[in-house]
Amino acid sequence: MSIIEFRKTSKHFGTLTVLDEVDLAIDVGEVVVLIGPSGSGKSTLLRCINGLEQITGGDLVVDGISVRSGARNLRQIRQEAGMVFQQFNLFPQMTALQNVAFGPRKVRGLGKAEAQAQALELLKKVGLAERANHVPSALSGGQQQRVAIARALAIRPKVMLFDEPTSALDPELKQEVLNVMRSLAQEGMTMVVVTHEMAFARQVGTRLIFMEHGKISVDGHPAEILSRPPSDRLKDFLQHVE
Amino acid sequence: MEIDWSVVPSFMPQLMAGARVTLFIALAGLVGGTILGLIAGLMRAYGGPILNGIAFAYIELIRGTPIVVQVMFLYFALPVLAGVRMDPMSAAVLAIVVNAGAYIAEIVRGAFLSIPKGLTEAGLAIGLPQWKVLLYIVGPLAFRRLIPPLGNQFIVSLKDTSLFIVIGVGELTRTGQEIMASNFRAVEIWTAVAVLYLVMTGTLTLILRLIEKRMRIL
Repeated sequence: MSIIEFRKTSKHFGTLTVLDEVDLAIDVGEVVVLIGPSGSGKSTLLRCINGLEQITGGDLVVDGISVRSGARNLRQIRQEAGMVFQQFNLFPQMTALQNVAFGPRKVRGLGKAEAQAQALELLKKVGLAERANHVPSALSGGQQQRVAIARALAIRPKVMLFDEPTSALDPELKQEVLNVMRSLAQEGMTMVVVTHEMAFARQVGTRLIFMEHGKISVDGHPAEILSRPPSDRLKDFLQHVE
Repeated sequence: MEIDWSVVPSFMPQLMAGARVTLFIALAGLVGGTILGLIAGLMRAYGGPILNGIAFAYIELIRGTPIVVQVMFLYFALPVLAGVRMDPMSAAVLAIVVNAGAYIAEIVRGAFLSIPKGLTEAGLAIGLPQWKVLLYIVGPLAFRRLIPPLGNQFIVSLKDTSLFIVIGVGELTRTGQEIMASNFRAVEIWTAVAVLYLVMTGTLTLILRLIEKRMRIL
């Protein structure tokens, strides 16, 4: 059963075509890794799923709801699809715990005590319970990103969207974030991940998509694609990232 | 004429009364101006083309004309145009509201737009409506950046009240001039007037420093 369905989805910025009639169905439980050169549209594809970018052609349906069916439905989609950003984007005036409890309180209307208890559970899950009362500026990049993952999980999404979650991190901090993502995948979370981490794609991904010029040019199983790249362009790209 | 500081206490009560009027005009005007500026600034930052256009026209109109002309217009021209007669005090307060509002609008717009866009996206991405993102996330952060320039505007507006001498409001500067007209003690009077302004602006600065200190600027 597909939970995300692109139907001839296009996205234009003025005269620039960023997504060009993309057709793509993502099923529950898939871990889709999106790769491609910069400007190929992979981040835009991801950001269209929760409506941070508005599509300009075709349709895009998330858990049965079209992203074009109004603001209220869009907010519903956003509660089904948690997002993790390259720059973490934690709320700087709140502690880690408050960051995670914020969504459940203001979106789901949970009481303070309940939201905080739940938030602490999630921080435990990402290994940061003892950092609950620190503000983001007192946390390392890797810790901030793990809090951001917990914040996205707090609204109980069915899908998690990751937009280059480790690109702003030092190599040794990347691992702690990737480990959290790996365990999420093992729990069966449906994930769409824009990344350059080929080891992650190979080990955790169930599907690898290579994008070029706003189109999907390769779509298949990571191990197969990575061992025998079906196009020269992809072969060339892989040599540059690894 | 010899400079004789001992005359100062004799006209102090009158000057203090004038200072109270100045303070009242400034405070009442700034409360209104802050509310108006907040609305106009948010219209500029987040309004559609129409709201944005209205706010833009208002800001340009006010920033492009001197405050003396504005208060003269309110006091002398408005009665002719609209038949609304205003006492000098109301005209003075309204002039500060309208004038400070325009400058504060730009301060508000700048502060809100200076908050990284990623934070707004993070708020939207968890399913918050835009107004809640502004209220709970961007607003509190923008507020901290608002305080220094807002303090600056408060001081400017407080001093601008001295220009309302032209419509005969009995504020501090006018009071000074009236005393001058009867005893010609220029040095003593204008020194006392200047010190009273300094006390008011100094107190304001101190209050703002305290607020800034209490709030971590993020």
